[in-house]
Amino acid sequence: MSDNPGFTPNEMMTIAASRALHNDDVCFVGIGAPSAACNVARLTHAPDITLIYESGTIGTAPDVLPLSIGDGELCETAVTTVAVPEMFRYWLQGGRISIGFLGAAQLDKFGNINTTVIGDYFHPKTRLPGGGGAPEIATSSKEIYITMAQTKRGMVEKIDFFTSFGHGEGGDHRKRLGIDTAGPTLLITDLAIWKPDPVSKEFTVVSLHPGVTRQQVQESCGWVVKFTDTLDETPAPSELELTTLRDLQARTKAAHAGTGKEKAA
Amino acid sequence: MVKFLPLKQAVAENLNNGDSVAFEGFTHLIPTAAAHEAIRQGFRDLTLIRMTPDLIYDQMIGMGMAKKIVFSYVGNPGVGLLRRARDAIENGFPRSIEIEEHSHAGMANAYEAGAAGLPCAVFRGYRGAGLAAVNPNIKSVTCPFTGEVLAAVPSIRPDVTFIHAQKADRKGNVLVEGIIGIQKEAVLAASRAVVTVEEVVDNFDDLHPNLTVLPRWTIAAISVVPGGSHPSYAHGYYARDNAAYLEWDEIAADREKFQAWMQANVIEKSADDFAARVDHLRKAA
Repeated sequence: MSDNPGFTPNEMMTIAASRALHNDDVCFVGIGAPSAACNVARLTHAPDITLIYESGTIGTAPDVLPLSIGDGELCETAVTTVAVPEMFRYWLQGGRISIGFLGAAQLDKFGNINTTVIGDYFHPKTRLPGGGGAPEIATSSKEIYITMAQTKRGMVEKIDFFTSFGHGEGGDHRKRLGIDTAGPTLLITDLAIWKPDPVSKEFTVVSLHPGVTRQQVQESCGWVVKFTDTLDETPAPSELELTTLRDLQARTKAAHAGTGKEKAA
Repeated sequence: MVKFLPLKQAVAENLNNGDSVAFEGFTHLIPTAAAHEAIRQGFRDLTLIRMTPDLIYDQMIGMGMAKKIVFSYVGNPGVGLLRRARDAIENGFPRSIEIEEHSHAGMANAYEAGAAGLPCAVFRGYRGAGLAAVNPNIKSVTCPFTGEVLAAVPSIRPDVTFIHAQKADRKGNVLVEGIIGIQKEAVLAASRAVVTVEEVVDNFDDLHPNLTVLPRWTIAAISVVPGGSHPSYAHGYYARDNAAYLEWDEIAADREKFQAWMQANVIEKSADDFAARVDHLRKAA
């Protein structure tokens, strides 16, 4: 990054991710970075986007970002709230979701995600939370967007566990397993925008965020990075995008800190 | 037929050592008071079933009550990891536990199949997912009509299910609203169900006809425990104590700190202590 560009890499990541969403999308939202991006989209260029959280809230419009996927705010502002089996059966498995938006603890170049274990499954070095809704979001949503900050530990040549399937070993691996949805079509990091190669399905950098160099992208990624020939520069965040994100985060921080003055005693 | 009982008695009459038990509530209406009562009564060798084990199973696992957990997301929602569960899985402390891990879709379908009286659930799932290789209870069936290969998991049929709900009427019918999660399925899938409620009202005559109501004859016992889902929340009554979830991360990180917290906040307390814990969360819930 160049000196003081007026925004942080994480802000750029969230805003770049928000731009990928459209007004008519029906988006299944993962918690964390995806949730922030989806709500920035809703509060800027995509006011009618349908945001769905796995707790059963459909068409939700929270004023603050939820800490969990089931905060009360999601239900209070939703068009409707359905039971969890209905969520997964009718809405996700039924093919109603245009975009599944996931975060990742560990990601490989084919968009396979691990949020289950570091190390061996039966004798893990670190036991992570696991998949939750992700295994089926990854295969039943029409396409998948992934967002995460780049680190060598997070973006690895080989993931320890296939929590959710991206493009497997690449190429037509999804098709061979009978999965007929597109899978990961977009990766937005704090440094760049990536898209899968049309044939190999390997994530390839198509746009660098302002001030970011190829070397920086490579240094924070565990596989040898491919760049497209016609590399773009991601437009810097607009005033409106930045203000919207910062206001949202300030409201969120105030709301989540505000409940805890008394401990359960 | 349903009985209104003090929580202590409701738990004692319905939970046994070695039972498979679900304390359900998807982020919302988590039956913390019932879980704490089970901890005070010191049950052992339980198979704990819950989509998101949450703080309550972190606590029960940390107290050595679980021989097995069945789950689909073993995290502290929005915060990170469940550190007592991690200690049990990674280090076998305070005892080693067996794990049966599913996806949310797998668990939701399995509860629904349990409620429907089916032996298994069939759905389009686990394709390319590593869980299918490590969980022998994830199998596949071929659709006899189309030839499509689908995932199959055994239905969930707990010995007993505990849930928390907003209210019961005087006859013992129970209303659940807001994020209704998996409560109805978990109750109907179980041999016995115990419900804690925020309050009892005369009747449900003025309610919308399509609300989620569990008829009294589907429930073994009801206990009135205001605040009984803290630090989770009860839609219409009090908000989620997000700060408590953040604090738990620190408490559960240390074995001794955890034990001291459990002693002071669970062992030496009772169901009556929950109401005061939600006082500051009641305003705009």
